[in-house]
Amino acid sequence: MSTAANIPPQFEVVDRPLDTQMTISMGPQHPSTHGVLRLELVLDGEMVVKTTPDIGYLHTGMEKLFEYKKYQQGIVITDRMDYLNPLGNNLAYVMAAEKLLGLEIPERAQTIRVLTCELQRIASHLVWLGTHALDLGAMTVFFYCFREREKILNLIEAASGGRLTPSYFRIGGLMMDLPAGFEHRCKQFLDDFPRAIGEFHTLLSGNRIFQKRTQGIGRISAENAIDWGLSGPCLRGSGVNLDIRRANPYTGYEKYDFEVPTEPDGDVWARYMVRMRELKESHSISTQALSRLKPGPVKADAPKVVLPDREAMKKHMDALIHHFLIIAEGFNVPAGEVYHPIEASKGELGVYMKSDGGPKPSRVHFRGPSFVNLSALPDLASGEMVADVVAIIGSLDIVLGEIDR
Amino acid sequence: MESGSEQTQASPEPSQSSEQAPSQLVTALQREHPEWISDIINAFGEITIVVPRELIVTVCSFLKGWPEGRFDFLADLCGVDRGVEEEPRFEVNYHLFSTSKHHRIRIKVLLTEEDIHVQSVTSIWRTANWHERETYDLFGVIFDGHPDLRRILLPEDWQGYALRKDFPLRGYEPYSLK
Repeated sequence: MSTAANIPPQFEVVDRPLDTQMTISMGPQHPSTHGVLRLELVLDGEMVVKTTPDIGYLHTGMEKLFEYKKYQQGIVITDRMDYLNPLGNNLAYVMAAEKLLGLEIPERAQTIRVLTCELQRIASHLVWLGTHALDLGAMTVFFYCFREREKILNLIEAASGGRLTPSYFRIGGLMMDLPAGFEHRCKQFLDDFPRAIGEFHTLLSGNRIFQKRTQGIGRISAENAIDWGLSGPCLRGSGVNLDIRRANPYTGYEKYDFEVPTEPDGDVWARYMVRMRELKESHSISTQALSRLKPGPVKADAPKVVLPDREAMKKHMDALIHHFLIIAEGFNVPAGEVYHPIEASKGELGVYMKSDGGPKPSRVHFRGPSFVNLSALPDLASGEMVADVVAIIGSLDIVLGEIDR
Repeated sequence: MESGSEQTQASPEPSQSSEQAPSQLVTALQREHPEWISDIINAFGEITIVVPRELIVTVCSFLKGWPEGRFDFLADLCGVDRGVEEEPRFEVNYHLFSTSKHHRIRIKVLLTEEDIHVQSVTSIWRTANWHERETYDLFGVIFDGHPDLRRILLPEDWQGYALRKDFPLRGYEPYSLK
């Protein structure tokens, strides 16, 4: 009785006859909550009775900020949402704006978008794999994953100049073409990567401790997964064959040959296996994209929207005027609203964009996959051991930057 | 069984059919229940139906179980402030998706500032829970029948609704000084 009086009011204590329940606060500084997530756990012994996620510690009002920035300035904000998959965020944002503007993107720009996005997906999955294994006590995997991720970040840095916040895509194409020698370096990485996937499997997949910690934990059925709005690997881990790259293809994904891995079990292990198989598929898509790179323009032919080349500005008066107008005043986007979904590394990343005809959007909303996937955590974690909550959070692959925005 | 039927749709075909299907579906829906639809907007390859506020739960639960549509997945739910002068001022957008037929539709509900209430759809999709809390937190839209309508991103003692157009970008005063 005395414990109940000391608990702050928002903690909810469920009446139990034996009075063995305890409410603990996990996070926001707990390392395995992957950022600043706080969970209120009601425990009965070691068993979780109730989970209440508490989010918002990283809320920075990004959706408000979009309304005060021109369309092209918004791209850098998107980098900071899901900071493990910034190119995916860039892509969703610029594609929503391109849909409103009705722009046609050149073939080479689309191929480079696919190539870099798939590299970024591999990098995002590697961070998930390393930290997920680290949460469960396997430290070595982390170093192997970050060694490979470093190579990808170097490639992205070569292309865009940024490692964590590339802002590589522009409304109407890319910031600039790939640098000289990129294709060779990328090919070197792609040639070596299958060996690294083999290493991850050797380190983890055959490990009986890891199997015991993941198999049969945090189960969710396909029906429930759809009800909770899970997407991406979390949904495919429940046996639902749904990938937006297949269902609503964008930026030329319909031309690539890849499999959509699914696992029927719906537990932590199934979500692990889906992502491990996705590493292979992303590698295959990147290889195909690299072989399809043909010379050509990387910016759409829309002088009022796309910044002109530096050289053209020195020779042509109109290019200089367009440059000035785009920077100083921005470009007007036709009034209307669109919702553009893409398959980000964590699931469906949708951008709702509403324009009232001016140079700044009237509303931008991000449907973050992490936000929705995390909302299913109370359902996944109830009835599990408290140590397994860590495994379940890891298997959802959340990024708090995107949840709180 | 789910994966078997999906594999056959791996060709670029579904993208074509998914663009045509929703408009035909909406025509069929309008024929069947004209009182449900106050407006249809077809723009940028996306279809929007504006639904009277009182009917949102009826329409959503029908669309979820409708054999022709099968909109079983609530992809997103978000509020919009159309501007202080506009009447009605607020709208709530429901983005539905079909996991078997792969088409999308947007349902829109218009709300006035004086009576900013709409029925919650958490009884149809549990994923609506957090989306509705977010919309309540940032716009002040009240979802009747929501099991746990609390602020989600901002602190519980926050004053005002941050994404409304009349809320200043930098807030009113430093939050910590209150």
